[in-house]
Amino acid sequence: MFKKILIANRGEIAVRVIRACRELGITSVAVYSDVDRASLHVRKADEAYAIGPAAARESYLNIDKILNVAHRCGADAIHPGYGFLSENAGFAQACSDAGIKFIGPTAEAMQKMGSKTRARQAMEKIGVPFVPGTSRGLQSVEEAYRVAATIGYPIMLKAAAGGGGKGMRLVRSAEELQSSLESSQSEAQRSFGDGEVYIEKAIVNPRHIEMQVLADEHGNTVYLGERECSIQRRHQKVMEEAPSPIVDADMRRRMGEVAVRVAQAAGYTNAGTIEFLVDQDKNFYFLEMNTRLQVEHPVTEIVTGLDLVHLQIHIASGARLPFNQEGVRLRGHAIECRIYAEDPDNNFFPSPGKITLLLPPSGPGIRRDSGMYEGWTVPIDYDPLLAKLIGYGTDRAQAISRLTRAMSEYFVGGIKTNLSLFRRILRDPEYQAGKIDTGYLDRLLERGPKLDVSDSGGAEIAAIAAGLFAILEPTAPAATNGASRNGSGEDVVRHKPSNWKQTGRAEALH
Amino acid sequence: MLYHVLIDGKSYQLELSQAEGRWHCHLDGREVDLDAVLARRDVLSLILDGKAYEIKREATADDLHFWVGSLRYAAELRDPRSLRSRRTGVGAGAGPKKLVAPMPGKVVRVLAREKDEVEAGQGVVVVEAMKMQNEIKSPKRGIIRQLPVSEGTAVNAGDVLAIVE
Repeated sequence: MFKKILIANRGEIAVRVIRACRELGITSVAVYSDVDRASLHVRKADEAYAIGPAAARESYLNIDKILNVAHRCGADAIHPGYGFLSENAGFAQACSDAGIKFIGPTAEAMQKMGSKTRARQAMEKIGVPFVPGTSRGLQSVEEAYRVAATIGYPIMLKAAAGGGGKGMRLVRSAEELQSSLESSQSEAQRSFGDGEVYIEKAIVNPRHIEMQVLADEHGNTVYLGERECSIQRRHQKVMEEAPSPIVDADMRRRMGEVAVRVAQAAGYTNAGTIEFLVDQDKNFYFLEMNTRLQVEHPVTEIVTGLDLVHLQIHIASGARLPFNQEGVRLRGHAIECRIYAEDPDNNFFPSPGKITLLLPPSGPGIRRDSGMYEGWTVPIDYDPLLAKLIGYGTDRAQAISRLTRAMSEYFVGGIKTNLSLFRRILRDPEYQAGKIDTGYLDRLLERGPKLDVSDSGGAEIAAIAAGLFAILEPTAPAATNGASRNGSGEDVVRHKPSNWKQTGRAEALH
Repeated sequence: MLYHVLIDGKSYQLELSQAEGRWHCHLDGREVDLDAVLARRDVLSLILDGKAYEIKREATADDLHFWVGSLRYAAELRDPRSLRSRRTGVGAGAGPKKLVAPMPGKVVRVLAREKDEVEAGQGVVVVEAMKMQNEIKSPKRGIIRQLPVSEGTAVNAGDVLAIVE
């Protein structure tokens, strides 16, 4: 078993992996960029090393700096988290060359599944169902017209080298094809350095359902149940759940067996996820494989009772899977919300700044994986994921009621968050009925702003509260409009006299 | 204590005092039965006629908000005993309000000019950052006293975009 693991990541996932290390008696090593010095993951780690300025290229994406730290501190393994270098075959290889175990698949397995066209070619060979289309990049406009005519419009043009919606174009008819192809190729070139584009049949309002797999280094591969991730905004997941409301035991078994075949064909080890698109007739089609632990892994952990990060570490250290497929049981229902520092009333514009007040929820059926704390300043330099809130229960309705209750307790002051978006979704009858697909959130947002209307009853209460606060706690304000520094240890006060005696008394209350 | 309170622009008269551990409160002349304790900084436990509320305060150098349930209210508090608008640290009274850039970016459009009169919620400057445009709105009705930026100005978080009085 490893003695020391370096976590090549930040934020909530770094905290999550550090916790697993602590539970397994393994020394955890954090790395941090200049703006992350006061981050939660640095506070919770056993050791911590600076790796450079804020820009990811010069810190969390810098392979040399990270391996340098690993050598200096004697780490025997590296956990890459998600994002950053987690699916970088070059990094996995560099770790291997340096004699440090990369907690994840091999570089070859990553490469096999990393290109979507190569993945499709591999899948063709083993008879995995996938969305009709091409498995190679389009060589000419003529080929595009021919293929599109064969599979039928509407079609989707997609970049072979990457995702996140970049290089994707929906083409409804032959008239649009040429110009869409040109813009798709140039966007792919700009985003991934590779202009290869392929075609898929566009499925109307598909559901995004993915299957978690786990494979040890001794040839044992299992599936751990599916997650439905159809609540997306601009192709970014916002809310996930396990199990899917439309998958029954038979469909789960069929999808799971396909997922295991895919993982085996790729020579995959450790944790991974096979993504499927599911059409309205419940036909499922292979989309791609994610060769890493995913953001939404907690919902699978809760319904299976397994700790995926523990298992990742065990597998990487050479242990066999301690259970087989029959030993995997699903129980209950879990739903996760991704809490972002963004303003839902202003087109989800990022909202960095200081968190002046944090009242987090807890209680039955609630799990919170968080990277934020009260007094922390959210940096602008990275993805603004603050925390994941998961509600679970014996069934979907109970999971929803627990999550709704937790949302009513959750308060983040000083910055904007997307908490109000989840309140809207959770009380929407379509969502409660499980009638969701990848177009659901856009439709909900198009329906217009929230139904919460300011009523005068609330205004009167606010008026009374204003007076009460003025008498009980006339302190200096704590927030700073985003211009504060972490680690300064003081509230930045611009120009007001502050009432220190009162502040001291008020602070003593908590 | 007597306060004039503005909540989202609407005005209330609040009389509030404590005697022998009990609160006395009149809102717009109407008696209100209440009990209140400060639970921790910025969090008030308020009981009105038996109904319990957890009120959160968000106060910055330039504005003040209260949360009642999941609704957020903008507030201004004035102690009418002061001869001029006094900033007591509770929240700015009437007075000049700064519009600041929420993050580093570039001004791509200026929607008003110095000396223009603007309404609460009216867009004054558009800042572009991270490929998105953010319209910065005036928090109150007033006149633009200063507008030190123009199209193309690069801004950092906290930079003043305009002052409305």
